[in-house]
Amino acid sequence: MTEINNQIVIIGGGHNGLVCASYLAKAGKQVTVLEAAGQVGGAAITREFAPGFKVSAGAHLLFMLDKTVCKELSLESAGLSFSQQNMTSTALAEDGNHLMIAGDSLQGANISSADQAAMKEYRRFMNRFAGIINRLNNRIPPRVGTKNRSDWIGLAKTALDVRMLGRDDMREFLRIAGINIYDILQENFENPLLKGALSLDGVLGTNLGPRSNNSVFCALHRLSGLQGMAVPRGGMGAVSNTLAMVAKQHGATIRTSATVSRILMDGDRVSGVELQDGEQITARTVVSNADPKKTFFDLLGARNLEAGFARRIQNIRMRGNVAKLHLALDGVPDFNGLNQNQLADRLLIAPDLDYVERAFNHSKYGEYSVKPVAEISIPSLHDDSLAPPGKHVLSAVVQYAPYQLKAGWSEEKAVLTDKVIDLLAAYAPGIRSQLVHKELLTPVDIENEFRISGGHWHHGELAIDQFLMLRPVPHSAQYASPVNGLFLCGAGSHPGGGVMGSAGRNAAHAVLGAKDIEGENS
Amino acid sequence: MSQINQDDKVKPIDFSTKAHYLTKAFRSPFYSRQEPLNHLKEWGRWADYLSPHAYTCSGIEYFAARNACTVFDLTPMTKYHISGKDALPFLNRLVTRDVSKIKPGRVGYCCWCDDAGQVIDDGTIFHLSENTYRLCSQERHMDWLMTNTLGFDVLLSEETHNVAALALQGPTSCATLKRMGLDGIENMKLFDIRHFNFEDTQLMVSRTGFTGYLGYELWIDPEHAEVLWDRLFEAGNLHGIKPMGDEALQMLRVEAGFIQAAHDFMPANATIRTGHTRSPFELGLGWLVDFKKPVFNGRRALLEEKKRGHRYNLVKLDIDGNKPGCDSYVFTKNKKRVGTVTSATWSPSAKASVALASLEAPHGKPGEELLVEIYYQKELKWSRVMAKARVVKEVFFDPPRKRQTPPADF
Ligand SMILES: Cc1cc2nc3c(=O)[nH]c(=O)nc-3n(C[C@H](O)[C@H](O)[C@H](O)COP(=O)(O)OP(=O)(O)OC[C@H]3O[C@@H](n4cnc5c(N)ncnc54)[C@H](O)[C@@H]3O)c2cc1C
Repeated sequence: MTEINNQIVIIGGGHNGLVCASYLAKAGKQVTVLEAAGQVGGAAITREFAPGFKVSAGAHLLFMLDKTVCKELSLESAGLSFSQQNMTSTALAEDGNHLMIAGDSLQGANISSADQAAMKEYRRFMNRFAGIINRLNNRIPPRVGTKNRSDWIGLAKTALDVRMLGRDDMREFLRIAGINIYDILQENFENPLLKGALSLDGVLGTNLGPRSNNSVFCALHRLSGLQGMAVPRGGMGAVSNTLAMVAKQHGATIRTSATVSRILMDGDRVSGVELQDGEQITARTVVSNADPKKTFFDLLGARNLEAGFARRIQNIRMRGNVAKLHLALDGVPDFNGLNQNQLADRLLIAPDLDYVERAFNHSKYGEYSVKPVAEISIPSLHDDSLAPPGKHVLSAVVQYAPYQLKAGWSEEKAVLTDKVIDLLAAYAPGIRSQLVHKELLTPVDIENEFRISGGHWHHGELAIDQFLMLRPVPHSAQYASPVNGLFLCGAGSHPGGGVMGSAGRNAAHAVLGAKDIEGENS
Repeated sequence: MSQINQDDKVKPIDFSTKAHYLTKAFRSPFYSRQEPLNHLKEWGRWADYLSPHAYTCSGIEYFAARNACTVFDLTPMTKYHISGKDALPFLNRLVTRDVSKIKPGRVGYCCWCDDAGQVIDDGTIFHLSENTYRLCSQERHMDWLMTNTLGFDVLLSEETHNVAALALQGPTSCATLKRMGLDGIENMKLFDIRHFNFEDTQLMVSRTGFTGYLGYELWIDPEHAEVLWDRLFEAGNLHGIKPMGDEALQMLRVEAGFIQAAHDFMPANATIRTGHTRSPFELGLGWLVDFKKPVFNGRRALLEEKKRGHRYNLVKLDIDGNKPGCDSYVFTKNKKRVGTVTSATWSPSAKASVALASLEAPHGKPGEELLVEIYYQKELKWSRVMAKARVVKEVFFDPPRKRQTPPADF
């Protein structure tokens, strides 16, 4: 091996890896991104799933993209644009009497004026509380128990943020932040469709039901992007492709089909990586966009870690519970009671709170939901690059589908696919006859395609005990790991998953400010 | 990545033959021999076992250990069997010292830390044969060891209950074993391990101990425990052999300057309050820390500590007067409280009141004069002295025979 040079290698070209690469390259570093897949983006990609039909194969709606990242990397002038923005969420009712939720205004479903008023207040305080999380998102989390000045300032800032809510809101924030969204929605609203739809904010992408603690926190995290729902033109891959372009413009090298098989060590620090074909690349700094378990166990090896830290990594909860359905349709699907305009909304199947909780119950016992919940988007209605003329693609996040299915996924996958299509058919009776192609990604497929251990949306359950200075685990929550020269930059780090870019940006700052712990003979 | 399934790495203990639910405690495999000799009829608890505080009188037992030899039942000591192709790297990541320096047939003293560099326990590693080790310690550590197996191909089992063990310590211990027929025993060096044919089984002998004198530890399957005891006492009869309990051992080990978990430091994984644990440097075990190893538990924290300086010093104190300074506060000459005594005894051999004490750094340099506040009682009347004390460098009892090979017969 040649002498360790100052090159920075980033394992994984997910959107966070690309954001990190852009910042580091911008700061003048020599950066190489190594992505195992044939294209960049990780779970934020657009890819073909049937001849002529393309879809955002992982994330399909954009609502958390870090505005600072957007601005600092000038993503919009680099070409990022949207085919839809500020989307309305439509809570579907089988009888066609749907509820339209646009910001804090409600329409349809015989909604009461009490609910309409309550919605204004709900949005007000939820957005206010989400603002606190928003301000945490693009900061390196402070550590507790140190004497370090910046840690204290970080903690004090957050405490002050909470205090500045004023007496009533602060009390309410402290009351609800750790509890479940079921109770909060019951306290505030009457309409079952409304409650069902809003509960999804707290549970999509997680292992929670509406009645699970932490679901309010997850809802606040989801809202912390402080922006409406959008679909990038060209699908989610457009975000990643734009980022890759920016990274390259700043001088980063990006290699695809380059799978890292292990992280190399020289004494107590990293010295580079080895690719699957045996090629070794030396680097003094290795930043991993892969999830923490993959990074520390599969690539570095548990034996290169101290045991307490290894145990914490082992104990990270990160089993996915989400499936993704892609349908290629030979025409516009006909949903009861929706006109073509409304069809392009974010469509939700979550008719009431108990429906969602029941759907969740199955997953506790290693079964998928008999009647799942779904978040549906038909992006081709506003973007003709995704499907041949007159044809359409439907993309749906489907819950719950546990990673460790008791019956195993090999045969059950086809059964669940059918069940989900049946579910859609209850709202769009003709949809079966329009099917050209279908694809369902179970958490195991998600694990295989995106290389995310457990197939978890956030690279690790999003919960108060796995957030901020606890994410992924203490002693690596500041992006630097306990191994000199090894950093994390993916969704497994603060502030978690979703297409945001904040983790990548924060990690770049941590890399730029890092110092080794120097050992003897190392 | 490790090949062995995580669940298959640990062999569960078979309790089916133990009637501990009847007795609420295990009887040592030597119990039938200990019981008639235990004149005091008092039993203490050592982990799961009944263990005598003293058989007759701890003073007499102490003198036997320093002038003849004594037998101490070591069976309750925690023993783990560690094997498999990664046994060495596993141990090297576990403990702070370089285990590759402990060759097959040798024993090494060691300590191990949590990630924060705080000592969990100290103990001995027996390198039984290539890739096979025994780890002995005061406390139980299965959970921590299991945690440590992650990523290593090792097999782990607790063999505390499968191995009967006796410590034979004192100046006539070698002569006793020779008479018992262990040919060549006199050639064993300190920390050597040898196997001998004994009755129809194998007896393992190590030249190790907790008394700071010439001594051996004998390891055998529990079925042969009684015959070992009998043969030992037969052979030792003319060499002044006596059974010894825990009280005498405490005096001996403090004289010899050996620390003990839960006495001189809190096992880090059993300690809740921050600041109540100690690093190896704070226990005088810095010589066991080898930073040349690229990774071991606590390494990063200990590197930081080396830069920052440590908080405590564990020292030996020579205290004026004859009152053991158990549980006492230690003060500077101008009455500033700087620490506590962790273990103390009257040392009959050194004719001094001696102690181990944990002092706030930088206190504890050899020669430093301190005061120890000793409370003592005579017929229910309490008195207090502020006894002068000096920090000493050498252990209180360190005879050349400890290392001599071959050792003298008496
Ligand atoms: C089904 C699903 C639906 C989702 N829906 C949404 C949504 O609608 N909106 C939203 O905001 N978020 C959504 N998310 C979450 C979001 O997609 C992820 O949290 C986010 O994409 C994670 O980005 P990342 O860059 O941190 O990691 P990833 O996107 O996972 O990127 C990690 C990259 O590392 C690469 N890699 C791993 N190991 C190696 C190796 N050994 N060598 C080389 N490369 C390697 C992988 O191939 C991958 O490209 C969804 C996630 C899933 C799974």
